[in-house]
Formats: sequence, C-alpha cells, structure tokens
Amino acid sequence: MRKFIDKIENFIFVIPALAFFITFSIYPLFKTFQMSFYQWDGITKNMIFVGFKNYIDAFKDPIWLKSIKNGFILSFLALIFMNSIAFLLAILVNSGIKGAKFYRVIFYIPPILSGIVVGYIWKWIYDPNFGILNGLLDILNLSHFKRPWLSDVNTALISVSIASMWQGVGGSFILFLAGLQSIPEDLFEASRVDGATFWQQFFYITIPLMSRTLMIVSILTILGAMQLLTIVIPLTNGGPGFETEVPALRIYKEAFSSYKFGYATALSVLLGIMLFIISLIQIKLRKVD
Amino acid sequence: MKRDMHFMTKKIKFSRILIHLFLISYAITCLFPLLWMISTSLKSTSEVYTNKSLIPQSLNFENYIKAWTEGNFSIYFTNSVIYTISIVLGIVIVSTLAAYAFARLNFPFKNIIYYAFLMMMLIPIPGAFVPLYVLLVKLGIQNTRIGYILPMINSGLSVSIFILKEFFEQIPKELEESAVIDGCGKFQVYYKIMFPLALPAISTIVIFNALSAWNEYILAAVNFTDPNKMPVQQGLFIFQGQYFTRYELLMAATTITTLPIIMIYLSMQKYIVRSLTGAIKG
Repeated sequence: MRKFIDKIENFIFVIPALAFFITFSIYPLFKTFQMSFYQWDGITKNMIFVGFKNYIDAFKDPIWLKSIKNGFILSFLALIFMNSIAFLLAILVNSGIKGAKFYRVIFYIPPILSGIVVGYIWKWIYDPNFGILNGLLDILNLSHFKRPWLSDVNTALISVSIASMWQGVGGSFILFLAGLQSIPEDLFEASRVDGATFWQQFFYITIPLMSRTLMIVSILTILGAMQLLTIVIPLTNGGPGFETEVPALRIYKEAFSSYKFGYATALSVLLGIMLFIISLIQIKLRKVD
Repeated sequence: MKRDMHFMTKKIKFSRILIHLFLISYAITCLFPLLWMISTSLKSTSEVYTNKSLIPQSLNFENYIKAWTEGNFSIYFTNSVIYTISIVLGIVIVSTLAAYAFARLNFPFKNIIYYAFLMMMLIPIPGAFVPLYVLLVKLGIQNTRIGYILPMINSGLSVSIFILKEFFEQIPKELEESAVIDGCGKFQVYYKIMFPLALPAISTIVIFNALSAWNEYILAAVNFTDPNKMPVQQGLFIFQGQYFTRYELLMAATTITTLPIIMIYLSMQKYIVRSLTGAIKG
C-alpha cells in the first residue's frame, strides 16, 4: 500500500508536463488526421465528411506540387552549398589556428536571429531600386546583371534560398565542429607518424569518423528546408505568382487565407508522412552505424 | 636540410594566412547584413535611397524614436518581454519536475510516457498551427495572452525534458539519499537539492527557449488579432506598406528587435556552444 501511494506521489511530478503534452501535442495530432477527412471553413459548425477527397485533390493541385518541388530544390541547394561551406569552415576552425573561439561566436550569430528579421534584412538587400546588391553591381560596372531579384521568376527561389542558407550555415557549422572535436587527436598523430598527407587523413580518418554527424546534419537540413516558412513571409510571401511557394506556407494560406481547414490539414498529413519517412531513414542509418 | 625546414615553416605560415583570410571573409559575410541593417537604421530618409555607403552621413537616432512611437513598439516590446519570461518560466518549472521524475522516480508507464515525449521531438508535425488554432478557439482562449503562452510552453518541453533528464542522471545518488535520511520529502529533494544542482543545464534551457520564444512568429500570427497583444515579430509588419516600405524605420525596428538576443547570445555564448557540442556527442 505504501508503495502504491509512493508511485502515485511520483506520478504527480509528470502530471503538468503530461497535461501540456496531451492538450497541445497529442490532441492537435489526432485533430489533424480527423479534420483532413472533412470539408470545413474553420469557423462554422458546418463540417462535411468527404473521405479522401482532400488527399486526392492535393495530388492534382499544381500549386501544392510546385511548393513540394520548391521544398526539394531548397533542400538540395542547402545540402550541397550550405553544408559544404559549413563543413569547410568547421575543418578550418578546428585546424588549431588562433582565434577559433572568435570565429565560432561570429558564425553562430545568423542562426539566433528571427526568420522575420532575416527576411526583412535580405528583402532590403535585394530591393530592385535601392538595394545594396544592385548598388554593388553598379559600382562594379556589372549593371547588366542587375535585376529585381525577388520578383524575377528566374532568380526569386534562388534568392530566397541564399537568404535562408546565410542563416543556416552556422547551425550546420556548429554540429560539424562538435563532430570534428570528438575525433581523438591521437588518430591524426599516429597517421602523421606513418607519413599520411593532409588529404589522406581527410579521406581515411575525418570522413569515415564523421559519417554519423554528416548524416544527422543532412537530415536536419532536409527537415529544415522542407518546413521553411517564417523567412519566406517577409521576403516574397510565395510570389511572384507561386514561384517561391513552400509546403508550410501553402498549409498556412489554405487554412487562414482560403479557410479550407480540411484541405490544409490533409496537406499537413502528407508533408508529415514525407518527413516521417526521412526521420525513419535517419534512425535506420544510425543503427547501421 | 635547414633551408627545407625554413621553407616548410614559411609554407605553413602562408597557409595559416590563407585560412584566416577565408575565415575572416566568411565572418564579414555573417556580419555585413547586420551592419547594413544598423547603417540603414541611422540614415535619413533621403540618404537611404542615395547613399550606398555603410557609414551614414549623420546619425539619425530619431529613426529609433519614430519606430518606437509611430510603430507602437513599446507595446510590442513589452508584450514580447512578458511572453518570453512567462514561457521560459513555465518550461523550466514543468520540465524540471518531469525530468527529475523520469531520471530518478518510479511510476506506472514511465518508459512509455518518456518515449512519447521523445517521439514528439523527433517527428515534426508540419502545420501544427492549424489544429492548434482550432483548439484555442474551442477553449475560448484564442486572441488571449494565455492562449499564446500555453502552447508555446508545450513546444519547448520535449527538448528541455530530454536535456535535463540526461543531466539529472549524472548527479550522484548519494546526495539525495543523505537528504532523505535527514527527513526530506520528494518535493524538498527536488527543489532544495536537484534544482540547484541542475542550474548549468537549466541555464542552457533558459537561453534556447528564450531565443525561440522571442523569435516566434507563426503561432502569434495565428493566435493574435488584437494589435495590443502582439509580440515584436508581428509588430515588424506594420512598417511594410503595400507599395512602399520606409526602410530606415523598418531597419530601426529590426535592430530594436535583434539587439536583446544578440546581447543575451554574446554574454551567454559559453553555455550555448557547450550544449550544442553535447547534443552531437550524445
């Protein structure tokens, strides 16, 4: 009996967390699945069951498909460019040079900023008439490259991608740096004694021992890029046309601009399943490792 | 041989310089947009459109006063301070209690509940703001401060509980045992011994959750329709006109919004890097 009371007492410690969790995580999760089978404007009591119609519509919705494609393009660019720069910076900062701490502090500044602030700063940089980017091209006598970066169909998505990568490099950098620091120093020393060159060390020690970190960073990069949202709102809000629409922005607009709550939650479920599969791959690869 | 050595050190020195050049140029890439923001915020209206120099001709601090008053930034700023403190306080109380229980106490379904929390950390729910909005309306707390604070507390719980549980598990058990012998109850052990010992981990949680609470936008946009309750991130939108944006005021406002977090970051960056390093090793 004493033991039973004891366990109940212990349970009290998790009750607040559990209450939050059930109300604001579990309930919305189930609500998302439920709502996705209805046609509903989010306001009236008038909910119509429509079965899988929202899901079928999603596969025929060119704007949704475009946003998914954009998500993949943003992921791809971030994987290649952002993570290469981050990896290079991490290796250089970890090479035993002076001022490593200074660089580490500076490189992690963009990730702590808000998406809205970063979006507005870059919107001003890209401004077609008075922005510093076009201004710089004028000064460099490259005026023919000038363009309205965010409203030109050919450059809008790339411009959004650059702004978001500028913010994201620091995050990957810190994770790479932590991974590099966890490699035992004697491995490099032993190989140096054996006469290994820098590149041999890089390919036979650094890369294999970093495989787990590389994997984690890649997955986080994809999850981040596929769910990009806040920075896009001040930059382009999905425009020009639907050139820079991203999945999360579609969900937001379908719910709060078009009042199609059922359809928006169906999109959530579809994107969630995609991201879940990516997370599963991560866990699988971790286990293999 | 000696000449060889000399050549080698020269070569190393040269590559060191190259490394620094590259790192410094990237540091400038990180800082330039921020410096450009501050520079624009100090320029006069006409100068914004004519002077492409990073250094303003004169320092127009009145932009800040204008942004603060015309933009009603005192309201947004106060709101953000209230929200950030409430959210962080809520997270610290709820997550330390739960993490202590998960690390040290026994109760039914302990592992199932803990893994449920972990699952939520690993699996993102995109567009969770849609059902959250529906829930807040149903609870009658949409467009209220509490309707924003409560789901924001929840969003920080999983990661915080995870970090704290790992930390609590490393604290030697003898400390608690001797306290129990001295006649301390469970709650006393928690707040007299475990809570103070966990302060390094708690400070990490405070910083990260404060940053994400201050920077949050989407849930605020979904929840608030009353401008008097909006946080700073929402307040920034009033400077953007449909056809014309007053960039010197907007940049003054973004500077005001950014300054507190840069200051917190620079003064606490020791904790930030340490915890991130721990995250990947774990």
